[in-house]
Amino acid sequence: MRQLALLGLVFAALFTLPFFVESESWRTTIIMTLYAALLGQAWNILGGYGGQFSFGHAAFFGTGAYTVAVLQVQLGLNPWLGLVAGGALAVGVAAFIGFTTFRYGLRGSYFALVTLAFAEVLRILSNTVPFTGAGVGILIPLDPGAANLQFASKAGFYWLLWAITLGAFLTAWWIGHSRFGARLMAVRDNEDAARALGVDPFRVKMRAIMLSGLFSGLAGVFYAQFFLYLDPGIAYGPAVSVESLLVPIVGGMGTLFGPLLGAVALHAVSEVTREVIGDLPGISLVIYGTILVIMVLFAPRGLSGLVSRLTRSARRKTEGDRHA
Amino acid sequence: MPDMAIIVPSVLNGLTTGALYALVALGLTLIYGVLHIINFAHGALLMLGLYAVYYLNVQFGIDPYVALLIVPPGMFALGYALQRGIIGRASHGRDENILLVTLGLAIVIENLSLFLFKSDTRIVDVPYGFQVVEIFGAFLPLPKVVAFAGALITAALLWLIMSKTDLGRAIRALAKERKGAQLVGIDVEHVFAMSFGLGIACLGVAACLLLPSYYVNPQVGHGFVLIAFTIVVLGGMGSFVGALLGGLIIGVVEALGGLFFGESLGQLGIFLIFILVLVFRPTGLLGHKV
Repeated sequence: MRQLALLGLVFAALFTLPFFVESESWRTTIIMTLYAALLGQAWNILGGYGGQFSFGHAAFFGTGAYTVAVLQVQLGLNPWLGLVAGGALAVGVAAFIGFTTFRYGLRGSYFALVTLAFAEVLRILSNTVPFTGAGVGILIPLDPGAANLQFASKAGFYWLLWAITLGAFLTAWWIGHSRFGARLMAVRDNEDAARALGVDPFRVKMRAIMLSGLFSGLAGVFYAQFFLYLDPGIAYGPAVSVESLLVPIVGGMGTLFGPLLGAVALHAVSEVTREVIGDLPGISLVIYGTILVIMVLFAPRGLSGLVSRLTRSARRKTEGDRHA
Repeated sequence: MPDMAIIVPSVLNGLTTGALYALVALGLTLIYGVLHIINFAHGALLMLGLYAVYYLNVQFGIDPYVALLIVPPGMFALGYALQRGIIGRASHGRDENILLVTLGLAIVIENLSLFLFKSDTRIVDVPYGFQVVEIFGAFLPLPKVVAFAGALITAALLWLIMSKTDLGRAIRALAKERKGAQLVGIDVEHVFAMSFGLGIACLGVAACLLLPSYYVNPQVGHGFVLIAFTIVVLGGMGSFVGALLGGLIIGVVEALGGLFFGESLGQLGIFLIFILVLVFRPTGLLGHKV
């Protein structure tokens, strides 16, 4: 319950941010940070709590993004409908990928490779078929208004994103405190032992990948409405997959606040490097890659693991002082 | 239905491309077979090799085939250092960590190259670049024929190293039984790094053979890395003959797919094979166990 209260407090504070932040560029920064936290939490549900490392979360993200864009541009449907359809189709893609891989017991590196390959297949397909605009990409016409899921002010986008992200974090909290979550973590820690105890790993993993796909897909819908432009590289390219996994790895996999911590840390680092070195091509990804290597080498449990290790050793030290 | 006059050259072309794929995949399968890690940085390292060959040619006028004396040893050293210094230290008891570290290395290498070499696509200008050879009535570019022969020779050399030398015996022992190998006095970290170095040296050879008929840009590794994974999975993780066979098969599939369905969908065929094999027969055609 204490964790839920803290979560409520953090999100209440996040809700009020636009009242204090007036500058549009700073609002964009906080939007991109929260968006990274959403991508990261989506990945964390499957990768952190479930131990299934996906290298292809762009498959879900891109599906959500393309759904809302294509429905609007080709069929003239309202993007609020696209929001629902995008989430649903992303869940469908997740179910398909989950069914083909988990059915045959693919784990670890094999699962990572298959998810990557699925994202690549979708990227090539969206590059070929006409209704996605192929290689040229697809442009959503600018038409501000809440009814069109576009907002004249950045604050409107922020609150939309806030609501989706809250949903993802509540889901993660629920996973940490429910029977389903306990089963999922049991499968992560030792699949064979979990099965011996009567857990059905296939069903558990299926539910996890669908939840994960849902929030990645919704992140894609948000991205499409915010930037109003998509192409195959943006939607299904490796950048989204990498950001999705990097955020929770930096912040702490399988923890509730890890993705938020990771998103803030990564964006702080990339803002600072942009200030110091300037906006050079590829440089932010160089930094991300370096952070990934350093985190895995020296802090495999992420920032929150680092924090809890430090506080624990500090506590032990003060206790030691008291005994002495 | 296109007639044989188109299909035969297409198949032969596919075989020459496939031999190079096989060479890239041989390094990957060697590393997997011994260290049981999937090296995500494989494509990025191939790209580095290609740039090395390119700059040796442009700056010092060294022919790509002469660069065979320089680039593979250099790549070997790089691979040894990477395994010893970074990758080998990353596992903390979980294979996923190694996967993540090699992914991180790939991102760093690729984007650093983008920064240093710019995104321009470059080619080398060699006098034999446009010469052709007639084989079975089909005209093939000379560099591709050389690459085909070179890839097969390299595979044979690798097989000799693995089966006839002390290093090869140590590598095979380590692949089978790590504890046992340690007990008979094999320096595990050293042999691991030697295997990784050998795998990366294969990329150096591939780079020298590839560049006369290919190009280089910072993203060039991308195309190869999934293809190489497909080959390794198709042939069976850790199987040498499987990698060779898988490479040739994929080369031909790509050439024929491109002929019948157009280039981008021909690539799709490779990924579909990849997913199908991973899902239905993850042990591959010649592999033993997952």
